[in-house]
This record gives sequence, C-alpha cells and structure tokens, in this order.
Amino acid sequence: MVPTSSPDNRSVVQLASVSKSFGDVKAVDNISFEIRRGEFFSILGPSGCGKTTTLRLLAGFEEPDEDGGQVRLLGETVNKKRPYERKIAMVFQNYALFPHLTVARNVSFGLEQRKTPKGEIEGRVRRALEMVRLKPDVFSSRMPGQLSGGQRQRVALARALVLEPAILLLDEPLGAIDLKLRKEMQLELKALNKQLGTTFIYVTHDQEEALTMSDRIAVMDNARVAQLGTPAEIYENPRTAFVAKFIGESNFFDGRVASRLNGEWEVQREGGGSFRVPHTSNLKVGQQIRVAVRPEWMDVQRPDAVPPGENALTGTVKDIIYLGETMHVIVAVPGAGDVTVALRNEGQLIKPLAWKRGEAAAVAWLPEDCQILEED
Amino acid sequence: MPAFRERALAWLYTRPQARAWALVAPGGFWLLAFFMVPLLIMLVYSLMPRGIYGGVEPGFTLEHYARFFDPLYLQVLQRTFAWSIGCTVICLFLGYPVAYVIARSQRWRTFLLFLVVLPFWTSFLVRTFAMIFLMRDTGLINSWLLKLGMIDEPLTMLYTPFAVMAGLVYGFLPFMILPIYASLEKVDHSLLEAAEVLGARPAARFRRVTLPLSTPGVVAGSLLVFIPALGSFLTADLLGGAKQVMIGNLVQNQFSSARNWPFGSAASFIVMALVLAAVMLYLRVKDRSAGGAPPL
Amino acid sequence: MKTGLPKWLIAVTGVVYFFLHLPVLVLVVFSFNDSKFSVDWRGFTLQWYQRLLERPDILRGLKASLIVGGAATIISAVLGTLLALALGRQQFRGRRVLEGFLYVPIVTPEIVTGISLLLLFVLLKFPLGLATITIAHVAFCISFVVIVVLARIQGMDENLEEAAMILGADEITTFWKVTVPQLWPGILSGALLAFTMSFDDFVITSFVSGPGSSTLPIVVYGMVRKNVEPSINAISTIILLATAILIYLADRLARAK
Repeated sequence: MVPTSSPDNRSVVQLASVSKSFGDVKAVDNISFEIRRGEFFSILGPSGCGKTTTLRLLAGFEEPDEDGGQVRLLGETVNKKRPYERKIAMVFQNYALFPHLTVARNVSFGLEQRKTPKGEIEGRVRRALEMVRLKPDVFSSRMPGQLSGGQRQRVALARALVLEPAILLLDEPLGAIDLKLRKEMQLELKALNKQLGTTFIYVTHDQEEALTMSDRIAVMDNARVAQLGTPAEIYENPRTAFVAKFIGESNFFDGRVASRLNGEWEVQREGGGSFRVPHTSNLKVGQQIRVAVRPEWMDVQRPDAVPPGENALTGTVKDIIYLGETMHVIVAVPGAGDVTVALRNEGQLIKPLAWKRGEAAAVAWLPEDCQILEED
Repeated sequence: MPAFRERALAWLYTRPQARAWALVAPGGFWLLAFFMVPLLIMLVYSLMPRGIYGGVEPGFTLEHYARFFDPLYLQVLQRTFAWSIGCTVICLFLGYPVAYVIARSQRWRTFLLFLVVLPFWTSFLVRTFAMIFLMRDTGLINSWLLKLGMIDEPLTMLYTPFAVMAGLVYGFLPFMILPIYASLEKVDHSLLEAAEVLGARPAARFRRVTLPLSTPGVVAGSLLVFIPALGSFLTADLLGGAKQVMIGNLVQNQFSSARNWPFGSAASFIVMALVLAAVMLYLRVKDRSAGGAPPL
Repeated sequence: MKTGLPKWLIAVTGVVYFFLHLPVLVLVVFSFNDSKFSVDWRGFTLQWYQRLLERPDILRGLKASLIVGGAATIISAVLGTLLALALGRQQFRGRRVLEGFLYVPIVTPEIVTGISLLLLFVLLKFPLGLATITIAHVAFCISFVVIVVLARIQGMDENLEEAAMILGADEITTFWKVTVPQLWPGILSGALLAFTMSFDDFVITSFVSGPGSSTLPIVVYGMVRKNVEPSINAISTIILLATAILIYLADRLARAK
C-alpha cells in the first residue's frame, strides 16, 4: 500500500519505499505502509523476514540505506535522527531492564533524561507501576534480578509508558512468557492500547497473537510486505501462498483457467478434474492459477453425494486426527496431495465420523471460498 | 557545552572507523611503542657488531647468529629443548590423571580446581624459593632424610638438572592440567554409555573414546607448558646455578657479566622465534580441533 | 563422587597435589619457626615478621611495588578497557591485527620483554627507575585487562544500551550510566589481575629498574641469592597471602552478575 501524497493527519508512522541492507543482503526491501494514530498494528512474519529490522528502523537503531526511502514519525522525516532524538518508546524482547538500578529508577530513567522535575517523577512512576498492575510500595525498591519474567515485562512496559509516548514499539515482548500468563498479558496490552490511545507497533512471529490483538497486520516475508490488512482480511482473504500458509492452514489447488460458465470460471486441473472459481476480471482463459482453501471451509462427502454447486475432488481417506474441538480428515487427492478438512467434533463417542481409512471420499467446498493467490 | 557535545557525537556517529580508532589509539600506541618497537630494536641490535663496552657499533653482521652453531651454544639450545620437552612429558604423565580425576568428580570438583589454580597465580619467585628451601643441602628434605637415617650425608639436589626439571614441572603443571580437564569435561557421557552398551570394558572405553576426545586438551596443555618452558629463566637461574644454563639464562648473562648486548639480543630473538613457531603450531592445531582447546 | 575411580589414580592425584602444595606450605610453616638456621622446629615465633618491619630495604621495596603497582594498574585498566570496548563493540579494519598484537605480550618470554625494553630506554637515554618499571608493567598487563573486560562486554546484554538510548540518553550518557556500571566488576577484576602481576613481577622489572628503584620481588631475589634468614619465608608468606586474596577477589568479581 503506497501512502497517499498528502498524508492523512491520522497517520503517525509512514514508511516510504524503505530499504535496509546489511552487506549484500537486503533485510528490508522497498517497503511502504502507514500506521494510524491509536492503532494496534502488528508486523507478523517468520524469523528472518525483516520484521525486527523494520522495528529497529523506526526506533533509530538502524538507518535506511543511502537511497533507501524515508521513515517518517509524526509527520517528520527521521532517517538521520538518533534514537534519543525520536519521540518514541520501546519494549524489548528480553526486557533490557538495567540490572544495577531498582525498579523505580528503571522506570524513572527516561523521565530523568528529560529533566523532569523530581517532584513530578515520583508520582508518575507510581501511576505507571499501577497501570501495569505492580504495587508501587512492594516493587519500587526491588532489583530486576529479584523479579519473575512476567514482572520484569511489566516493569519494562511501565518504563516505556511513563513517558506518555505517542508511539510504542514492542519487539516480541511476550516470547519468553508462559502460555497462560501470555494470554493474560495480551488482553492487558490490548486494553492499555485502547485506554491510553497510544499507537502500539507490535512485532511477533505468533500469528494467533497477531490475529487476537491487532487492528491491522502487516505480514512480512523475505524483506517485503506480503499483505497488509485487518485480521479478517488476512485470514479470510489471503493474497499469496505464503500468507495462506503462514496464517492458519490452507489447502492449495492449481489449475488452468478453461472457460466461463454462469458467472464462474472453470479451472482444469492437470491430474484431472476441475473446480470452479467466482468470476473476476483479472483472470483470462489459459492462465495458470493457484487457489487456497482453508480446511474449515471444506467438507468430506461421499463421491456421489456432493451437493450441487460445490466443488469436489475425489480421493482416499488417508488419516483421521483427533484434535478435541475439531477432527481433521486427511484425504489423499491425486494431483493435489494431502487435503486437510477440518470438521467440528460433535463427540466421537456419541456421533462418530462416518469415515474410515482407505475409503473413497470427496472433498467439497463452495467456489466463493476459493482464495485466488498472487505470485509470491 | 551541549552544542559541542551534540556535534562531537554526530561526527563520531557517522564515522565508525574514527570512533573505533579513538578507542584503540591510547592502548594501541602503548603496545606499539613499548612492546613492538623494543622488539624491533632488539632485532636491529642483534645484527650489529659489538662495541667496546658491550653495546653496539654501526654496521651489519650476522656473526651473533652464526655463533649459535658453535657447539657451546648449540648445547645450550639443545639443553633448553630437551628440558622443555622433558618437562612437557612429565607434566603430561602427572597431569593427565589429575585432570581425569577432577573431570570425574562431582562434589569435590570446584575445590580440586581451586587447588590447581591457586599455585598458578602466586608469585613464581616465591614458589621457586620454596623449592630451594626444600632441596638445598641444609633444606627440609635432606634434614628429614638425615634424621630418618636414610642417608649419611646430604643429597645434592640443588644446582642439578634434577632441580631444574623439578622446578619447571612444579611451575608449569597447572598449565597442563587445566586444558586437559577442560576437554575431558566436554566429553559427552552418552558416548561412553553407548560404548558400554556395545560391550567395551573400562580400559577399552578410556582408550577408544575418552583418550582420543581429549586430544585437543592434551595438545593445548603440552604447548602451554612447552612454550613458557622454552623461554624460562628464573627456574634455571635459582635452581640450576651457573652450570645448568638454558637459553634464557644465556640471554641474561650477555646483559650482565658477559657484556655482549648484540649477542644477547640475537639469543633473545632466537628464543622469541622458537616461541612464536610453537604458538603458530598451537593456533593451527586449535583451529583444526573440534573444540576442546581453551582460549589462550 | 569419586566412586568408580581406580585407587591408583586417586593415589597419583594425591601425590601430585601434595607435590604442588608442599613447598609453599613448608615455606609458610617455617616462617614461624623459632630458629635462624636450622630446619628443625624450635617453636612458634613472629620474630621474622617483626624483622621485616625493621628492614629498610624491604619497606622501600614494598613502597616501590605499591607505587608502581598502583600506577600500572590504573593506566592498564583504562587503556585495556578502551581497547576491549573497541574490540567488543566496534567494527573496524585492522581488528585482526590488533587481536594478534594483544596476544604477543602473553606469549613473549619475560626475558625477551625485559631486555627489549632495556634496549629502548638505553637508546632513548631514559633513566631507569620507577617510571620505566611502570611503563614496562603496563605494556604486559594491558592484554590481560583486555581479555577480562572483553569477556564481560561479550556477556553483556546489548539491548541495555539501546534501551537507554531510546529512553533519551545519548551515547555519552549511556556509556556512563549503563555501560560502565555493567562493566565495572570486569574492569575491577582486570585491574586486580594487573596489580597482582605487577606486584609479583621479577624478571622484567630486574632489567628496567635502576639502582634506587628496587621493587619488593627484586629485594626478595637479593635475599634469596644471599640465602639469609627465615625473614625470606616471612615476606614470601605475606606476598602469597596478598596475592591469593587479590586473585580470589578478581575471580569473584569476574563472575559477578
């Protein structure tokens, strides 16, 4: 998404064609996007995709390449500005609390740098600690070494929030925290974002986390933004095979566009069989396409009992996996590999699935559930 | 002056090379001026003819190096080599078992290690004197042996090759123990268990699993003993007397009684060259080993 | 547990430990022996220690060692820390060369260092004395300080400095408020190491000291050569104790969080 030429005054961060290389390797390759005021914006991707570098470019720990675009914060181009000259706060993955300072001194560090009057500092530190649910009287004089992981994370958050920043960067802050606490903290972070109106820019590799917390997500792959959108857009309309694979699970089907029929394209598969895709003007006859279909949008039917209007491909049931809430039925379809279909588990003890390994079965889905993928 | 500070920081920030060199300059200069340059001066001296008072005269000569082919001086080199190698071998045979025991101990390990490291750091001069105290004719060992009636007159231990060798081993043994311990400690126990399951008995397990895997430590330890032994001076000086001369003593001699500075410089350079050759060997071996040799 | 270890192995180990520590133990014990010449035990006394206080050469030597040690320690701590910061945090050309340079003092035999420095000072017509000793000591102590401090830098969390910067502290403020407090135990440990090595040094010092500038080891060497009295044992014991304490402290500091 390219920013408009007269930026919205709602946008607090703009990356315009930003590139950053380390030696020969491009860690960030010509990315552009905007982040709006108050948003909870996540940058999601596997390790090595460039998400951390992007965050570091925003923070000022890295500078874009010579002709590698512009980083703009609150309307100002900050390419050459040092981190301490930018009005931005950050929470680090491993907390980075100063081990030789107490919790209170850690939290007040930024205020001291700004030469905030002493009287004011104490009050603000107290309020910051209360905001992250740490009792000031108990924790103020403790040393970071005496705290648990979750507590340290809260102190790191307090240290950032006490400065009342317009923008807060978070670099995989919940990575080292155990699952239950992590879920709690996700909700707290989301609440703080709404309560304070601070723009949160959150880097993570955990797609579930990103889907849960974000207003919008930028999915990065190999130094580029693969797709940018709301969680629903990312999940339900993935644009590339990478996004379809990285977020949730997908089945992929390839074919050549053959003909048009009743407002749908008929796509012929190489191994035989065909499926239909809703009409879009982008496609032409003869074009090779790939579609993604999520397991939960598919069903397993007897080959001769597929409802009309649905796509169907026949194969053999390879495996049935019990996942508790869902059942996964894996059907081996010639030419399409193993197709996973997710069915709701209505209780295998009372209403078991009819399918058995080795049986012939058809996977079925509606044409409009096909996500047509772009080139990666 | 905040403006100055900002400008200085900005300038330094954009020039990483300048930044680095600012940090390196003071220490680097000191090392260059007071370590490297002196070595160079020594080299130059060694190539100049001897002057009247033992210093140098202008000129170029290789005579000082040529003198080392004289049997008298060759002998010194040979003796130095022989003793260094002998010391290394003895340290290996004494040190390996100790390293093995420490590596196999759980409860006592820290304590045992501490006891090995302790002499390592105490004054070499003092420790050498301790050897004198024990070994001299009126020393402790003789006095006890006499009292126990095992000998009639004092054994001459001091100022013998035995004393020098004992002193060298005493001084350098910890250098052998620690690297061997380090590489033994890294041996994966599951390898030994696998060998046991395959039917190997303790001696075979040691010979075929532990020993080969401890080779990096053995090599490291050997070089860490051999190298300082080559250049050692104090031990032979105090424990060996005038007769047991190692190359280090030869060097010192040229700067005191013999008054032949260029020759002394040449001898010194030869020691340095031998040591550097051994260090190169150590580094090559360390690079090739699969980890286990400790950093210098 | 030493279960499973053959008895002969434990015996050999015991013998080696005995050999390693006997000489020093004997030395210490006999520093309290109430007999000037004999190695028979004649009773406990502190007279040899008292004698030390009466010997002006020992007191002068101690003073010289402390002055040189103090100065050499401070200088090598500063220079060594700067070098370690460069190696640990900066990328620059000539890095490899510097690393090589740093190892040379460690492998060079003391005799070589000693005479090469003597040649330098003679060439420059620089009078031999406490200054030359200090210069020499710094030259061989820097490398050790670098090794200790570098280890500490490499173990240090890089994010701490970044956290300070994003909180508004510029490079200089970050250095003093975050980097130095973190490195401090390492710097102190390196300094103690440097002091110990300077205090104990004999060979190099003997070449670069002048007539009026004998450090303690040089005085002790003279006493050993002349084979005088148990006062040598006494001063040796003191040196050993002081060194052991310093090394212990240096080790603890190097391990401190």
